[in-house]
Amino acid sequence: MQVPVPFSPDQASSYSGQVDALYGFLCALTFLVGIVISLVIIYFAIKYRRRDETEVGKPIEGSTKLELAWSIIPFCISMGIFVWGASLYYKMYHAPGEALEVYVVAKQWMWKFQHLDGQREINELHVPVGRKVKLMLTTEDVIHSFFVPAFRVKLDVVPGKYSTMWFEPTKAGRYHLFCAEYCGTSHSGMIGWIDVMEAAEYQSWLSGGAGEGSLASSGEKLFQQLACNTCHRSDAQGRGPVLEGVFGKEVQFQDGQRLIADESYIRESIITPRAKVVAGFQPIMPTFQGQVSEEQLLQLVAYIKSIGAKSPGAASTNAQPAKPAPPQQ
Amino acid sequence: MRNRRNQRRLSNRVFMEIAEKVIPPRTHYLNATYGVKSWLLTTDHKRIALLYLASVTFFFFLGGLFAVGIRLELLTPKGDIVQAETYNRMFTMHGVVMIFFFLIPAIPAVLGNFLVPLMIGAKDLAFPKINLLSWYIYTLGAAFTVVAIILGGVDTGWTFYTPYSSTYSNGNVVLTGVGAFITGFSSILTGLNFIVTIHTMRAPGLTWFRLPLFIWSHYATSLIMILGTPVIAVTLLLLALERIVHIGIFDPALGGDPVLFQHLFWFYSHPAVYIMVLPAMGVISELVANMTRKNIFGYKFVAFASLAIAVFGFLVWGHHLFVSTQSVYAGMMFSILSYAVAVPSAVKVFNWTATLYKGSISYNTPMLYAFGFIGFFIIGGMTGLFLAALGVDVHVHDTYFVVAHFHYIMVGGTIMGYLGGMHYWWPKITGRMYPEAWARFAALVIFVGFNLTFFPQFLLGYMGMPRRYYAYPEEFQVLNVMSSAGASILGIGYLIPMIYFIWSMRYGPHASANPWGAFGLEWKTSSPPPTLNFEKTPVVTWEAYEFTPRDEMVVVSVRDVLDETLRPRPVGSE
Repeated sequence: MQVPVPFSPDQASSYSGQVDALYGFLCALTFLVGIVISLVIIYFAIKYRRRDETEVGKPIEGSTKLELAWSIIPFCISMGIFVWGASLYYKMYHAPGEALEVYVVAKQWMWKFQHLDGQREINELHVPVGRKVKLMLTTEDVIHSFFVPAFRVKLDVVPGKYSTMWFEPTKAGRYHLFCAEYCGTSHSGMIGWIDVMEAAEYQSWLSGGAGEGSLASSGEKLFQQLACNTCHRSDAQGRGPVLEGVFGKEVQFQDGQRLIADESYIRESIITPRAKVVAGFQPIMPTFQGQVSEEQLLQLVAYIKSIGAKSPGAASTNAQPAKPAPPQQ
Repeated sequence: MRNRRNQRRLSNRVFMEIAEKVIPPRTHYLNATYGVKSWLLTTDHKRIALLYLASVTFFFFLGGLFAVGIRLELLTPKGDIVQAETYNRMFTMHGVVMIFFFLIPAIPAVLGNFLVPLMIGAKDLAFPKINLLSWYIYTLGAAFTVVAIILGGVDTGWTFYTPYSSTYSNGNVVLTGVGAFITGFSSILTGLNFIVTIHTMRAPGLTWFRLPLFIWSHYATSLIMILGTPVIAVTLLLLALERIVHIGIFDPALGGDPVLFQHLFWFYSHPAVYIMVLPAMGVISELVANMTRKNIFGYKFVAFASLAIAVFGFLVWGHHLFVSTQSVYAGMMFSILSYAVAVPSAVKVFNWTATLYKGSISYNTPMLYAFGFIGFFIIGGMTGLFLAALGVDVHVHDTYFVVAHFHYIMVGGTIMGYLGGMHYWWPKITGRMYPEAWARFAALVIFVGFNLTFFPQFLLGYMGMPRRYYAYPEEFQVLNVMSSAGASILGIGYLIPMIYFIWSMRYGPHASANPWGAFGLEWKTSSPPPTLNFEKTPVVTWEAYEFTPRDEMVVVSVRDVLDETLRPRPVGSE
């Protein structure tokens, strides 16, 4: 549904139209309620204006029926708005399985992007039109917030944590990227652009400059540099668990708890290895906090993901031709 | 003959002159004692209210000064008038000063302090010395904050979000936090005093349901002050500890959770919104009832709506965290609860509107402010529905839409209520009338200036302009210029009452005990009241706002109203 709303940014993602529809409805409701109450007030104020200094009003106790009516009706309307808003929210924050993944690291005061194929960008992100794009975001310092008005999406980027969001651009163009959470002196300078490109154009941009190899291969190099491979051996003879096939599978810990290995778990195991120790192993791994940057962490995660259980979206899917955008009204 | 008449006239004049000299002027709380000491050591709730009046007025204009700086900077897209760092400090200090030192104490500590004992027929509050202590605590907290400002201020935003505030900011975070921490105790003491006073010191016959709605809303406010303020105190303490000794409760590098701060902060700061707006609602109930000379439609519903708002207000803090990576399901719960708190607010608006029906509506300045309040509160309240709608909030969160929304509630609601109340009770407080024509003109200027300032910000927000931006893309300029133009009109609108109030203290015509023909115990004593409020303790035998005897009261039905308004009147019926 694409409803044109005045004073709104471009509708450039699959749900910008849906957000505008709810917004438009709420504007209409506000206008209606505002006009009706104002007219009633003006009517009463004129009709019952004080005509004589000694005059008093007619005593009226009230009406329980009216009170119930104007409590229950607004409540029902607001529950309708709730369901509408909540269903949109649920969609926004449930990432689809199949999507183009981009890793984002925020810092005072810039946005750094890493594509799975190895392209890196600062304050500018190139994505193809009509493909679902999933972002995994983290920050090196304070809380930032990734906000693209044309897509109607926003998510805080919290230190020490991976957050994910997704969007599907439906219109090629250049759109504002803002930091929406106050982050210090140059908060208003932490802005950039999202470049939504036609599929063919995007392909040629991709082949333009990969440079250092894919994200996973950088991660693999790092894995050897940091000597992770001396303990995490693939032949099950090391002092640490085998990492091949771990990602996306259930892991059991010493305290009996279980968890599906995801990005946050891998990150935590590198930064605070003793938080969750895999059953059957000793808590001997040292912390790598302060030794690897957030970007390197993401490379390690990408590498472990690439050798993990086959999970949708894990492998680089950039080479696939982009699907055409769904028809929009 | 002529000579005798002249003689009589002369003797009359002489008699008047002698009378003025021999009979002393009436003693009231303002002239009972003189001297600085008699003010600084007073335990009279009315004098303490005036001490607070002086303090909050100072902070209102200080906070306003920061607003002037903000609006000037935002005239142009580029950052040009001040440095980014200065701008960030200005909006932070604007928020801190306005919220902690003006909006929270304004109505309770000035009007509430003055009126609660008068309205319930008591001689003073339950703990007069604690009342004075609360003003000193407020002043001490304010002193810390002023020192923090002089030393360069703080740049975290009034929300002090971690880890920026705890680790990265180089402003005077701890000093400002200590200021807010200390001031919180004055708010707790005021709340405590009101609750005990309302419970134990009502005049004989003044049952709970005979209380003015101003008292109900102050009771609800006091509950929030007592239950909520300790939480912000603890939160600010943790923030200070985190910043000074790095205890690691908010810092992820030490195993802390930065989002925990937001939960703790909003657990107080959302209810604090109701600390600011509930007293204003109480004022509006008084204005609507007394300016229409009629009891409030659905008195009990309006009274209980205040309590409902106070209770539900504690359960909605998570709607400030919809995009904070909080669980999606928690978000949904907080969204539902936010709609639940919207209902009692709507009920109040409907009841005020219904009260106008068959009233005797005056267009005096206090009533103009009440009309303004209702209009602004509809827009502020309805845009609250936008923000509670999860899918829309994601887009407008942390944009100018939010800025516009809460200014409609705080400035359009609280300040309109405060100014309406100040005009309405000014004759009682000072014994003088303000100039009515000027006051109506100022109310109009404020109404126009306010809308021009803040309405464009809704549009800016939906277009995507984030808040707390020192520089912004050019497409946002037109609306920002409108907003700045509106702010200058609004500023003038606030200066006019300041001038004529001061003028009227000396030159305003003397006010009678009840210049409005209003109802309520505060109008049954002289203006200004004597130190002990009443010559003798009143005995209440009437209902709230009983302008006409109770037995004539009717229960209205919807059909009656519709019949009356829609059916053509038979010729010659009037």
